Amino acid sequence: MKAIKKTLLCTGIAAAMTVSAAQAAGISDDKVKIGVLADMGGVYADICGEGCVTAVQMAVEDFGGTVLGKPIEIVSADDQNKPDVGSSIVRKWIDNEQVDTVTGLVASSVTGAVAKVLTDSKKIALISTSASHAFTTKACSPYNVQWTYNVVALANGTVKPMVGAGKWRWFFITADYAFGHALESVATEVVNSNGGEVLGAVRAPLGTTDFSSYVLQAQSSGADVIALANAGTDFTNSLKTAAEFGLTQTADVAGLLVFTSNAQALDPEIAGGMKLTTGFYWDMDEQTREWSKRFKERHGAIPAMGQAGAYSMTMHYLKAVEAAGTDDSDTVIRKMKEMKPDDFFARNATLRNDGRMVHDMYQVRIKRADERANPDDIFAIENVISGEEAFGPMLAECDFK
Amino acid sequence: MATFLGINLFGLFGQLLVGLINGSFYALLSLGLAIIFGLLKIINFAQGAMYMLGAFAAWMALNYFGINYWAALILVPLAVGFAGVLIERVLLRPIAGEDHLYSLLLTFGIALVLQGLFTQIYGASGQPYSIPDALKGGTKLPFMYLPDYRAWIIVASVVVCGLTWFMIEKTRLGAYLRAGTENPAMLQAFGINVPLIVTLTFGFGVGLAGFAGVMAAPVYSVSPDMGSNMLIVVFAIVVIGGMGSIGGAILTGLGMGIIEGLTKYFYPEASTTVIFAVMVIVLLLKPAGLFGKEA
Repeated sequence: MKAIKKTLLCTGIAAAMTVSAAQAAGISDDKVKIGVLADMGGVYADICGEGCVTAVQMAVEDFGGTVLGKPIEIVSADDQNKPDVGSSIVRKWIDNEQVDTVTGLVASSVTGAVAKVLTDSKKIALISTSASHAFTTKACSPYNVQWTYNVVALANGTVKPMVGAGKWRWFFITADYAFGHALESVATEVVNSNGGEVLGAVRAPLGTTDFSSYVLQAQSSGADVIALANAGTDFTNSLKTAAEFGLTQTADVAGLLVFTSNAQALDPEIAGGMKLTTGFYWDMDEQTREWSKRFKERHGAIPAMGQAGAYSMTMHYLKAVEAAGTDDSDTVIRKMKEMKPDDFFARNATLRNDGRMVHDMYQVRIKRADERANPDDIFAIENVISGEEAFGPMLAECDFK
Repeated sequence: MATFLGINLFGLFGQLLVGLINGSFYALLSLGLAIIFGLLKIINFAQGAMYMLGAFAAWMALNYFGINYWAALILVPLAVGFAGVLIERVLLRPIAGEDHLYSLLLTFGIALVLQGLFTQIYGASGQPYSIPDALKGGTKLPFMYLPDYRAWIIVASVVVCGLTWFMIEKTRLGAYLRAGTENPAMLQAFGINVPLIVTLTFGFGVGLAGFAGVMAAPVYSVSPDMGSNMLIVVFAIVVIGGMGSIGGAILTGLGMGIIEGLTKYFYPEASTTVIFAVMVIVLLLKPAGLFGKEA
């Protein structure tokens, strides 16, 4: 009897020791460190930038500042929209600064380079603002997590209903780099598969100031819909020019990727009435308003969808670290995919095995001047698109269990 | 539709006209640069920032003080010109005798500071500025719809450039300016206040950029990086036209706008590069530029 008791005791102690050993090995370097990489001063500064840093800080504070008794730290840097700059910063973060995961991630070209570095080092990429769907399809990786939206959701959300409503003939004004090409090709597929026809496309270099030539070409194509497959200031400039040359009178102009800050930069007379797809809108309900109000108090502007996404995915990551009892990437990513994301941002959400966070997307309309109660009152939500419908199926080769 | 050799002529005319509109902006900006370089031998890298400042000043005037477009068209160039006078007096004067590189770096620094400052305060997305009511609407030409405001850009730019050219080439004041370029010490000996002329010229050149900024505000997004996007192209134009040549800057500005417009029609992907390709060719064949005098 005594012997059995002794054995039990020993097993107990041993078990206790194993647990504490696991805990000690659980959090590497005695801290969880999150890197925020974004364009801080360029064309995409408003859609992520410092706002993403603020959002991640808020997530860390709301989480309590520590996870499993260890402090959570944040570092941030400006990638200047340059892939080489981005990947060398991230390499330094991993090699010298014990960064566990990187979020922010805006320009698809930068994210492509950075995600490779992160996968090579078995670190998780928390992609908040990039649009390309490559990260969960042809360049998928078990360490990629993409949260807010992607080009497929934009095309399904915006293009499909328009083709369905009898707008058959399309013409694209496309930003001439990876993101624009991806958006154009996905949207073209949606147009074709729904019985529409693409009459042509014109590729405008990133940062074009004068779109009048492209608008003229679009006009002479005779299309029903001119789709703007661009973003940021390219979008505002091209739409402004389209309105000036009377294109908005003779055809529908569809903005395929519009952030709240871009919509705010446009005269409501020009942008009012345009329909678009977004992953988040601050004024949707009590929950979104509560968070957005706190965000605006700190950041000075309403959150863009990627900024809300950055908060949501950081929170989910930290919860997964806590639940897994470790910051080991393989364990955490498994936990992240097991747990259902559920907060003010992620509605009816799951994180699929390919790293795609599938959640409700919103079809919105830009409000006209007389509908706006204040300068932040920009969108009216017209339709909720379910995640499955918006993001499409997962590829078999990206089903990382 | 009228076609010639398989080219849609209507489309082509449209692009030519649009090119001319862009060329008007190029002409205004490169004229300012050419004047400043001609007299002060300063390569003013802040010219783009002054253009941005002009657009922002118009936006601020409207939103903070209720000053409309037409008043801004007069007041803003004066204000931006005054900023130029301050820059010349306070920052450029002390390094006047140094190598050109110093003033180039200084003005480049000013441009970066201004751009950073405006990005910090107003964000990178840009601010809306409406076309004045009198110039809303447009005219239906056989080959395209010409918005009234775009037509106004061409007219205003040609008038301003023409007046500037006339003032410098044909008036007594212009004669002083040109004399100051040739031999400042001699002109000073005749009792002309050369430092004052230098300051005013810098202010005037910068004011032209401010004017272009106000003109641009309703059609391009008023954003902090609008100047840096434009600056490099405008420098290429000044180099093509011949550094310091007033008439050369105007004609090359308009011409390059048209060439760019044609490129956008035939091969849009090359539209941002074509001006630099022309620059390379011109530098190889005629190093002083199309209208420059051989040193």
